[in-house]
Amino acid sequence: MNLHEYQAAEVFASHGIRTNSGGVASTAEEAEALARDAGRPVVVKAQVLTGGRGKAGGVRLASSPEETREVASAILGLDIRGHTVRKVLVAPAVDIAQEFYLGVTLDRARRQNVVIASAEGGVDIEEVARERSERIVRTLVDPFLGLHAWQARQIGFALGLPPDQVAGFVTMVRQLYDTYLSEDAALTEINPLVLTRQGDWVALDAKMTVDDNALFRHPGLESLRDLDAEDPTERDARESGISFVKLDGDIGCIVNGAGLAMATMDAVMLHGGKPANFLDVGGGASADQVAKAFSLVTADPSVRAILINIFGGITRGDIAAQGITEALRRVSVPVPIVVRLSGTNAEEGRRLLSEAGLSASDSMDEAAAQAVRAAHAA
Amino acid sequence: MSILVDRDTRVLVQGITGREGSFHTEQMVEYGTNVVSGVTPGGKGKSVAGAPVFDTVADAVAETAPNVAIIFVPARFAPDAIYEAIDNGLPLVVCITEGIPVADMVPIYAHAQNRGTRLLGPNCPGLITPDEAKVGIMPGFIHTPGPVGVVSRSGTLTYEVVDALSRAGTGQSTAVGIGGDPVIGTSFVDVLGLFEADPATEAIVVIGEIGGNDEETAAHFIQEHVTKPVVGFIAGQTAPPGKRMGHAGAIISGGSGTAAEKMAALEAAGVRVVDRPSAVPEAIQTALRTS
Repeated sequence: MNLHEYQAAEVFASHGIRTNSGGVASTAEEAEALARDAGRPVVVKAQVLTGGRGKAGGVRLASSPEETREVASAILGLDIRGHTVRKVLVAPAVDIAQEFYLGVTLDRARRQNVVIASAEGGVDIEEVARERSERIVRTLVDPFLGLHAWQARQIGFALGLPPDQVAGFVTMVRQLYDTYLSEDAALTEINPLVLTRQGDWVALDAKMTVDDNALFRHPGLESLRDLDAEDPTERDARESGISFVKLDGDIGCIVNGAGLAMATMDAVMLHGGKPANFLDVGGGASADQVAKAFSLVTADPSVRAILINIFGGITRGDIAAQGITEALRRVSVPVPIVVRLSGTNAEEGRRLLSEAGLSASDSMDEAAAQAVRAAHAA
Repeated sequence: MSILVDRDTRVLVQGITGREGSFHTEQMVEYGTNVVSGVTPGGKGKSVAGAPVFDTVADAVAETAPNVAIIFVPARFAPDAIYEAIDNGLPLVVCITEGIPVADMVPIYAHAQNRGTRLLGPNCPGLITPDEAKVGIMPGFIHTPGPVGVVSRSGTLTYEVVDALSRAGTGQSTAVGIGGDPVIGTSFVDVLGLFEADPATEAIVVIGEIGGNDEETAAHFIQEHVTKPVVGFIAGQTAPPGKRMGHAGAIISGGSGTAAEKMAALEAAGVRVVDRPSAVPEAIQTALRTS
């Protein structure tokens, strides 16, 4: 789960990190009032769960409350990479001496947490990593001993900090690492982390992703979830325990198993079609799950055919077939359905499906090709 | 021959009295796996599918000498169960449980490394040596004994490929599901090394998916250390960036972890990369004929 900047900043601040505290506004008038309270130039930042805000015109300076209102009204409602801006953060402009990048995440290859820092802040860190990897300092953290002060100090010196600035930087690194650990984050990131002309370290931005699997021990974070920013069908799916990702094609996919679901989408593409979604119904393929899956998939008006791909393992094919036919008695599906059913008792399952008037195949390639034809004919 | 599990495997099931644990214990026993005991705290004196239940792993080890633990404990309690298996000296621990926080897995991985324990998973289907031992949740009947080692990050996709191989008359030495989480105990490279050293394995199938770079690491390892022919398939060519595709580890982040990169890396290492699961048997048979 991704947090908005203003939410992440609050979490960071609760761990002692000095953030550029501002206020959140949903209207231009609120933004103007916040700028008036600040009593000096402000920066107005779009609060959307995606990167590239600056390039999209979602981060702008304003020198007066009146200008803040104009700027906020231009940013609110803006579409940034498919995300509509509903809130802006209004924060006092900071007198920046130098910008840095600081982040904590998992190094998947080493199965250890890693602190990443760079003297190139405020820019796309992935681009820096690709093009000037020598400008990035990576420090692995021992899972039992934690981050040592000397490691944080070493990062500071590697970034070329003057000795009298290192202590403040070390504090920032340790606080960001503590936040990462205690909040079960998958990422905590400050970009840019700035050193002001007054010599203070301030987190000018805040980014945090929480491990979905750990939300059970962070009820406070779960309540920060922005339901408006989520695709309504994806939200519906999440609440019913089905893995669903909306895509932009026209062939709805209902599959048991995540890997097989991805392979099914690929098969659709291979046969000249475009998948409308990723959907893993999980192991059972019960009537309840399949009925829910049908309603999720058909909620998308661009879906012109549905491909069901079930490999009967522990769940027998005939039981899966019964689940499908039972689900179809409960929900009406206005587009053609193609079923691929293989594995345990699949023959009996396919017989049950043809009795119910559904076309069922033993081959994933064949079914994918058939679904593509059905979608094109529709 | 085979890798990791065989006729001498003695299985301990942690969480044996739960719904999943008891169901799959019965399935494993039915397949012919030697399940020697189970653990459920407070369950002492019960039995599941003929296997006696103990309160602690220590008791189960003392009484029944298992050499593999398989874990069906719910995610909140699974980390503790893994530590209990490691600390009681089980050499192989298979964790089926899905949904364990990454923050718990990072120290578990390090602890398993320190103790010399091989951890498979979490969030994996387990492993099977056909006709010898099934330590997992896969449908046993689709597997047939033979010369192909299978290693995969995905459950159902492995069944798909194994079924296609068996129907084409090509059996498997051992099929290993390493799991779909960001932090897993056993990687492609570990299993590839075991298959390379196993005299019964003549060819290998690697089934990867988007996210991370374990497939790229595997490609490098294959180039340097694997002499047996390898066939590869990567799921998720149509997956969009930044979206978790079911598995916690299946996500393209920061533009890396795409299927295209993984396929290119494997191809560059001499792996025959196929574009669909149904193409695996023919590629394997060609490889077996020409090697």
